[in-house]
Amino acid sequence: MNDIAPLAVPPEQADAPRPKITARNINVHYGEKHALKDVSVDVPEKGVMAFIGPSGCGKSTFLRCINRMNDTIPICRVTGDLRMDGRDIYEPGLDPVLLRARVGMVFQKPNPFPKSIYENVAYGPRLHGLAGDKTEIDEIVVSALKKASLFEEVKDRLKDSGTSLSGGQQQRLCIARAIAVRPQVILMDEPCSALDPIATAKIEELIDELRTNFTIVIVTHSMQQAARVSQRTAFFHLGKLIEDGVTDQIFMNPRHELTRNYITGRFG
Amino acid sequence: MAGLDLTGRIGGVDVSIIYFSLLLLMSACAYVLARGRAAEGARDRSFHSRPTYHGLLAFSTVALPMFAVFVAGAFLTQLVAERQALAALDPALVADSLRRGAALRQIADILSGRPVSGDVSALAAAVDTARSVRQIAAAAIYALGLAAGVAGLLFALRRITPDFKARNSFERLVSIVLMLCAGIAVLTTVGIVFSVVFETFRFFQRVPPLEFLTGTHWSPQTAIRADQGGSSGAFGIVPLLTGTLLISTIAMLVAGPIGLFAAIYMAEYASPRFRAIAKPVLEILAGIPTVVLGFFAALTVAPLIRVAGQSLGLDVASESALAAGLVMGMMIIPFVSSLSDDVITAVPQSLRDGSFGLGATKSETIKRVILPAALPGIVSAFMLAISRAVGETMIVVMAAGLAANLTFNPLDAVTTFTVQIKTILVGDQEFDSAKTLAAFALGFVLFFFTLTLNVIALAIIRRYREQYD
Repeated sequence: MNDIAPLAVPPEQADAPRPKITARNINVHYGEKHALKDVSVDVPEKGVMAFIGPSGCGKSTFLRCINRMNDTIPICRVTGDLRMDGRDIYEPGLDPVLLRARVGMVFQKPNPFPKSIYENVAYGPRLHGLAGDKTEIDEIVVSALKKASLFEEVKDRLKDSGTSLSGGQQQRLCIARAIAVRPQVILMDEPCSALDPIATAKIEELIDELRTNFTIVIVTHSMQQAARVSQRTAFFHLGKLIEDGVTDQIFMNPRHELTRNYITGRFG
Repeated sequence: MAGLDLTGRIGGVDVSIIYFSLLLLMSACAYVLARGRAAEGARDRSFHSRPTYHGLLAFSTVALPMFAVFVAGAFLTQLVAERQALAALDPALVADSLRRGAALRQIADILSGRPVSGDVSALAAAVDTARSVRQIAAAAIYALGLAAGVAGLLFALRRITPDFKARNSFERLVSIVLMLCAGIAVLTTVGIVFSVVFETFRFFQRVPPLEFLTGTHWSPQTAIRADQGGSSGAFGIVPLLTGTLLISTIAMLVAGPIGLFAAIYMAEYASPRFRAIAKPVLEILAGIPTVVLGFFAALTVAPLIRVAGQSLGLDVASESALAAGLVMGMMIIPFVSSLSDDVITAVPQSLRDGSFGLGATKSETIKRVILPAALPGIVSAFMLAISRAVGETMIVVMAAGLAANLTFNPLDAVTTFTVQIKTILVGDQEFDSAKTLAAFALGFVLFFFTLTLNVIALAIIRRYREQYD
């Protein structure tokens, strides 16, 4: 299987927008397990980049490197050069807590806090002192809920518990919660895998709206979803990045045989 | 004749043991016979139930009737023997309840061969009567029991047919036995509650409830000397209530923060290795008998506090609420920490991830997400710890003292409900004096108190259980 070696940087990269995140030779080990092997990729600023690949291919692992969520796992070790806006994310002096304020995350299963809808959204801004007084927090909460297309549905019950919402609403609440911190990047780890098709469509619509203001990286199991929401796509297989490029090109004209097999549904 | 007496012996072996050996033997025979017959029958045509079930059912149809005969027979024997013995006694003696009781005890002693003091010749006739009643009864029990066993065996063997649903019948029998066990547990609880309520009611016939609940003076001893229960107002529980609350408060001030913080450390910060060692050690603390903690409080902590207090120029009683409260707090640390640890660990990892993902630090996450989510569980842990502290006896008996002082000064000696119950009931007591009955009233108050706490704790758990699901 020596044909799964990553290709050289593709020519499309040249006309890609300015990279927000650059990764070079990222390796991740979970104890003895080599989960991510020499991954190098650029994530362009403003837009949606999708990571696709079969289960266990390392796409979520890589996503969690970007906001250093892997730090919370004691046996996890990350090496390589990972930069955001040219600054090394793993440099010793960098506080991961501050990094995470700029790189928001939305998880696979909606995980609203057992607090009111309002408190869920106000949580981040309060932590980071983004608002001076009550009216400022109110403004942030309302604007975040609006940006997450949730405000109209919940405006009369902001005091209700976040867990009382439906699954799709909960996930949009989690997106609002992330937006409220005014991040530059939003990482989404299979955000629709626990949702029904209608809720999924709403989230996808929302992602499409958000891409004008945020750099979004989405991990997804669904190739259709990747095709629908992303402008660039990266395909992972067995811990390696097989190829990445403009979404249309990856889906219509993949350069690598593995990618073609995966996209045509021959495995994965 | 050695006598076929259920409480006697034959050749040094207790007669009832012989009966039960017989019971087991016959039941075992029934099992083997029935199973064998069913197995044999099953060779020719298919049986609804496997041979083992026919055997088990036969075992039960022999053992249960024999057991029932024994229990009913023993009860009836006692009743009849006592009545007959009393009929043979001097009517004057029977009329006096105290002497009647003593005579019956002596007769029982003579019958079972225990040494009896004093002159018992007057009882000879009664002893003979009782003995003959018992012998007849024992013979009857044996005869009836054996007959019941044999009948059960025949009945069981007759029922072994291909269509007989022995498996289902045995299942029903098992469920009845289980139900009886559950019933015994429930009835015991109900019985305890009723006996306490009944005695409390008797107490309130002597001492008005209002006086009991609002009186500020507790001194049951003076009441008994005056021989006028309660008239001196000596049954006010307010000092006991304040004492109990004072000690429990001190205990919770110790155990609350320490237990909770220990739980947070264990659940959120400790390495798995530290946790693996520290958790069992903490549970050993929960296993220390409270008597031992009582020594520790009375002999180590109390003198230490006294010395420390004196060096500060404070007057500390040698038995102080502080000493008892501190040690009691140590006792309930494991309750708080272990229950809190469980509820904190039960908070889903996804909530931690969500908070970290928003740029919260670990302590912010704990303070603003995990503890609020775990709060119902933590509150109920505290409630259970408090009810444990309120009901604790040995530590306060040894370290808090007996003086019913109405005070909130932790350096004074105080007393608690439990200490007073123990003090009242230790030693010989007449069971219808106000003093003795007061123990039941105190027990009732205590029971009511802890029950309320437990109910509140359970209600909180139930109310908020699914909040983060």
